[in-house]
Amino acid sequence: MTLLDSKQGNSHDPRRKMEQNVNRGEAIIKVEGVSQAFGAEGDPRRVVALESATLDIARGELLSLIGPSGCGKSTLLNIIGGLTTPTTGRVTIDGQVVKGPSPQKVAYVFQENTLFPWRTVIDNVKLGMAFQGVAKGERHERARHSLEAVGLLDFSDHYPAQLSGGMKQRVQLARALGLQTEVLLMDEPFAALDEQTRMVLGEDLSVLLARTGKTIIFVTHSLVEAVFLADRVAVLTARPGKIKRIIDIEEPHPRKSEFMTSAKLGNLRNELYGLLHDEIRKTMTHQPAEAGAGA
Amino acid sequence: MRPKLGIGQRLIQLGVLILILVAWYVGTLPGHINPLLLPPPAPVFKDFWQLLTNSSIWPDLWVTVHEWLVAVAIAAVAGCTLGYIISRSAYAVRVFDPLLAGIYSIPAILLFPLYLLFFGLGSGSKIAIGTTIAFFPVVLNTIAGLANVDKAYIRAAQSMGANDFQLFWSVMLPAAFPVVLTGLRLGCIIAFLAILGGETISSLAGLGHRIVSLAENMESAQMFANIVFAVLMAFIINGVVSFAEARGRRGFQ
Repeated sequence: MTLLDSKQGNSHDPRRKMEQNVNRGEAIIKVEGVSQAFGAEGDPRRVVALESATLDIARGELLSLIGPSGCGKSTLLNIIGGLTTPTTGRVTIDGQVVKGPSPQKVAYVFQENTLFPWRTVIDNVKLGMAFQGVAKGERHERARHSLEAVGLLDFSDHYPAQLSGGMKQRVQLARALGLQTEVLLMDEPFAALDEQTRMVLGEDLSVLLARTGKTIIFVTHSLVEAVFLADRVAVLTARPGKIKRIIDIEEPHPRKSEFMTSAKLGNLRNELYGLLHDEIRKTMTHQPAEAGAGA
Repeated sequence: MRPKLGIGQRLIQLGVLILILVAWYVGTLPGHINPLLLPPPAPVFKDFWQLLTNSSIWPDLWVTVHEWLVAVAIAAVAGCTLGYIISRSAYAVRVFDPLLAGIYSIPAILLFPLYLLFFGLGSGSKIAIGTTIAFFPVVLNTIAGLANVDKAYIRAAQSMGANDFQLFWSVMLPAAFPVVLTGLRLGCIIAFLAILGGETISSLAGLGHRIVSLAENMESAQMFANIVFAVLMAFIINGVVSFAEARGRRGFQ
């Protein structure tokens, strides 16, 4: 079973995304002059992770954030999700300023495994809904649906420890989908997986996400993953992270596996590599030790 | 969880016990150790059998078990409550965790003479020493369990909208539960040892009291029979509490 077995969201037209690429809709998320510094002003250890980032994210688009380690990609994601309060600037979702987690609008898929080991797969998905405030009677059916969407319905009663790394990430995705939010934030969800697993998961994810029509921000280290999944790729500079360039990926969703091997993807990847190369060098010469301020 | 012991390891364990019995038997053959100091196995087991079959030990057994239950209950409630309060603030953990760990390293039995003055020769002083000794592993493990819950779990729960109660009940508590349970198990076992020790130092009733008065009357065989009984009790308590711990862990996994 794969992510492709989804019966969820069949009413969505897969071409919806393509049209939005051409004629991008209104911005659902606005990032306005957001900076984030760790440590007090004047402290020699003060680290500016992110500097005046400004970015609009259109409804229904998939935006990849890519940049060297420590450039503030995850910090930016956490600010959008309301898990971190920015030092300056603000983020609005649907016109409302983000002041804390907004579980009704935003769901997360984390890099690390955050499934609760003492609960079964389906109970993990249901617990997320309980936290969000879904009525008790609805949780079971909704949890079954989202597990079916990621192809893990048969593993409902397993415990997370009995699943592989890739399966755990799919359960985390199911938990996020079960919350039925408009926005999905994914923080290097496949970083801990091997390359082959992440390639297949990436293809499945493209199909699934095209169907759901969600607005997605996807942080990744992988150039190929960024190009393959995203409508736009935002490249961040070395710390302090600024948005260096945004590249459009004009390719209809869902992305086919042929796109993975196409010259078009190769060229875009090379363009990203050119943009990133100098930034990565900078981080290696200027920052011999990782300050641990968040990637 | 420990792997199940094979038959070989069981035989070695049994062999050691048999070796001790044999040494005991040989050592107490006529002309060796004075039977007033160490009686031979046969009369000890005869007295032990009598102990089990007639009911003379029950009042003393009940005194000890009662003291133990009260001490463990007070220590569990106080330790878990205080541990929870301290774990709420990282500052409090930094201040109180090393302090409590430091006090824990003082041999608490030194407080026993003081407790005798405060609470008298009866059950009060035994309950006090049992509570004091059991309190520390419970409070320390409660702090360790609750303060060290993986931050990623907390972040994930908050991102999904968990309120403070949900965060505690559905995330913190199950995550900390195995560690807290280990503290409770340790507390139960060392409280029993402390209470028996207290009874042998100064008391009016209880298993320890019986053992000491038999020793004073030079009833060596009966004294040893009572010691065997006390050892058996300790084994049973250890077994029951470990079983409860394993069940409790499984209930949360």
